[in-house]
Amino acid sequence: MKQVQLFLAFFRVGMLGYGGGPSSIPLVHKEVVENYKWMNDDEFADVLALGNTLPGPIATKMAGYIGYRVAGLLGMINAVFATTIPTIILMIVLLTSLSSFKNLPWVSGMTKAVVPVVAVMLATLTWDFFKKSKDTLGILNSSLLVIASLILLEFLNFHPAILIGALLLFALLKKDRAVKHEQNVERGVGL
Amino acid sequence: MIYWQIFLAFFIPGIVGYGGGPASIPLVQNEVVDRYGWLSVSEFSEVLAMGNALPGPIATKMAGYIGFQQGGVLGAGVGIFATVAPSLILMILLLSVIYRYKDSPKVKNMTNYIRPTIAVLLGVMTFSFLATAYEGIGILQTIILVVASFLLLEKWKVHPAFVIVGALGYGAVFLA
Repeated sequence: MKQVQLFLAFFRVGMLGYGGGPSSIPLVHKEVVENYKWMNDDEFADVLALGNTLPGPIATKMAGYIGYRVAGLLGMINAVFATTIPTIILMIVLLTSLSSFKNLPWVSGMTKAVVPVVAVMLATLTWDFFKKSKDTLGILNSSLLVIASLILLEFLNFHPAILIGALLLFALLKKDRAVKHEQNVERGVGL
Repeated sequence: MIYWQIFLAFFIPGIVGYGGGPASIPLVQNEVVDRYGWLSVSEFSEVLAMGNALPGPIATKMAGYIGFQQGGVLGAGVGIFATVAPSLILMILLLSVIYRYKDSPKVKNMTNYIRPTIAVLLGVMTFSFLATAYEGIGILQTIILVVASFLLLEKWKVHPAFVIVGALGYGAVFLA
């Protein structure tokens, strides 16, 4: 049953995501967090963050990992298969039979019309992430981090992998100090 | 021999290409056009254009098709495996570690600290999709589709599948 659900979830993601892997991110979120509830928002955020940090296509990394989490190795293969194979078959059939397909005006019209829809879905997801981070870090800290990330990524052309890696490292090291600090307070040292 | 070449041709873009499938397109071109000469530049752009016209991830579509062309069904399998497997294995290993310590405050902090950056990455992606839409169909159609899909998705909570199918229909009729 899990396998059927996995296949359906990622088949839909694969067939509805126009514009390459990144456009499938909001669709994966919809299926995995909202529809089947295999993960919560936090876990999804981790998957997305690590997916962005590691090289390679993002859609299959998410599909593979989520499939693995939900139903083991077979689930992983199943989810990657469902994301990739149907559209590859379509591609092989269309390129070997009618390669003028992509030039048909209605086909390009279809592809173009989906782009704004994906933009809306991405905007919603962006807002969700910002709201969530406002709730956990406070409005000031999250705004500072947003502005800093924006400057580093867009204006100084920092690679996202470097920035995310640095933040992860910072989280690891900073907590250490905070824990020590609390212990000191408990012991009546410090302050 | 050909399978080994197919593996290498897609393994390298998969492991070097940061930023998801679309970022690896020039790397794939470098391998299949310049190094192995399987496709000419115009054939490659044909494949790319078809890949863009169809749904689903771009990188695996190219790997599957070019692998199939060079080495049949097994070639397609090798191409997909080389694109997907290396980074996926890394991902599963790293996330298993994080998941094991998911209740540790450190891991919770990690999630909290990266969230604003992910928001920015998603925001940038949103912007680039909007820019593509504006270039492709103009400001008026973009606004119509943005407003309509926002109302459908967020106000009336229509499942994205129906909204996308609706947009495909709209595009086939009004944007042809």
